[in-house]
Amino acid sequence: MGKIVAVTGNEAVANALRQADPDVCSLYPITPQTDIVQRFSSFVSNGVVKTELLNAESEHSAMSAAIGAAAAGGRVITATSSQGMALMWEMLHIASGMNLPIIMPLVNRALSAPLNIHGDHSDGMGARDTGWIQLWSESAQEAYDNTIMAFRIGEHMDIRLPVMVCMDGFIVSHSIARMEYLEDEEVKNFIGPYAPKNPLLDIEHPKSFGPLILTDLYHEYKRLQHEIMGRVKGVALKVSDEFAKISGRKYGLFEAYRLEDAEIALVILNSAAGTSKDVVDELRDKGIKAGLLKPRLFRPFPYEEVGEALAHLKAVCVMDRADSFGGYGPMFMEISSAMYQNVGTGRKPKLINKIYGLGGRDYMPHDARQVLLELHEIAGGAPVRVVKEYIGVRE
Amino acid sequence: MKKWTELVPGAVVLEAGSSARFKTGSWRTFKPRWVPENCIQCLMCWLYCPDMAVKVVDGKMTGFDYDYCKGCGVCAKECPGKQGKKAIVMEPEGK
Repeated sequence: MGKIVAVTGNEAVANALRQADPDVCSLYPITPQTDIVQRFSSFVSNGVVKTELLNAESEHSAMSAAIGAAAAGGRVITATSSQGMALMWEMLHIASGMNLPIIMPLVNRALSAPLNIHGDHSDGMGARDTGWIQLWSESAQEAYDNTIMAFRIGEHMDIRLPVMVCMDGFIVSHSIARMEYLEDEEVKNFIGPYAPKNPLLDIEHPKSFGPLILTDLYHEYKRLQHEIMGRVKGVALKVSDEFAKISGRKYGLFEAYRLEDAEIALVILNSAAGTSKDVVDELRDKGIKAGLLKPRLFRPFPYEEVGEALAHLKAVCVMDRADSFGGYGPMFMEISSAMYQNVGTGRKPKLINKIYGLGGRDYMPHDARQVLLELHEIAGGAPVRVVKEYIGVRE
Repeated sequence: MKKWTELVPGAVVLEAGSSARFKTGSWRTFKPRWVPENCIQCLMCWLYCPDMAVKVVDGKMTGFDYDYCKGCGVCAKECPGKQGKKAIVMEPEGK
């Protein structure tokens, strides 16, 4: 087994990347992710990794270079946050459309304007439709573990898709927490050597990436992309099983916390799930059957499994740390879709949506308590007052 | 036409030189005309042509491959010609 340390989320992720020893890292710094690439640059300078480091002049270029290097046949990483990923936008679609398994930690941060550097999920949720696999992480430990597993999932020969590993800016990226590193050798054996698929540098077999595909075949290529995404769930679970063997830590598609016999529950991502679990425990002690579901694999979204896990509940609040202005919160839309599939079975909890913690606004135990108590009332027969509402906001 | 199940993921083209089957000459609105008496055989047109539409035989410029020439005019622009007279001139298509 590895060693127990006290590190920041960024340090943990940087070490996962070090242990993966990628061929190429193209980067551009942005708060709160900078710490990852800064540490990784030190690994390169100190010769502890063999990686070719490329300091790009923008995130658009960093992702473009990552795409080129991945098409050439290398294991490629980068990392970003917020505006940085916004600038990568068109290239994100190209990385997934070309089936290039680039691994990218995304340290979640609010989007401008107004300018804000703190943690919320606007960046990651906005990238929902880019064709990337998304793994979300509650803690430094989960971000480290997800980063290691991301290589296995993305690089799987049936998949070959880019993966973003999300963790909360500052709350996790810059807070020191206890976690366990795996041994370098264990990670190396787990991830394995990189096996390129259709590498451009295989000059004996010349090929082209990025052709023009018009009305005759584009639709078919997108159908194929849909098919490949459909394989991710099974691979993620298999990789997770193998990871449990070396780490003792078992991950599912999502975490169900005291959910089995619950009547009410929160659906909540990342660091705020930790705070919420404490409050779930507190309410359980008072005899209120509260539970929690924390999604991990957000793209592709496991609708059937989540729908099944929540079907028996009386009332559920989906907590969103991002807003789709003019719509419900992005996670609420997913959970609503998942639950609608259960309508035929007659099992559907009442659903409400709270927007919390934007721009790094603290999410406190009393916020979780307030929402769970509202759910308790709805479960007891009280009408739903409002479907979508901001909480922790000055009125 | 291929079904989606027959496609290569990532739209990678695994066959070399397949662009030869994609004839782009119909895109042209202007057409280069070669004027051999002004040609010094510098091959700048061949070097600059983005579509390999300059036909070179035994190291000599011999004319254009109009199946692929898009009529961009780069060859005519770069052509140094002889004594101030261009060896490649652009003319409206269909003239």
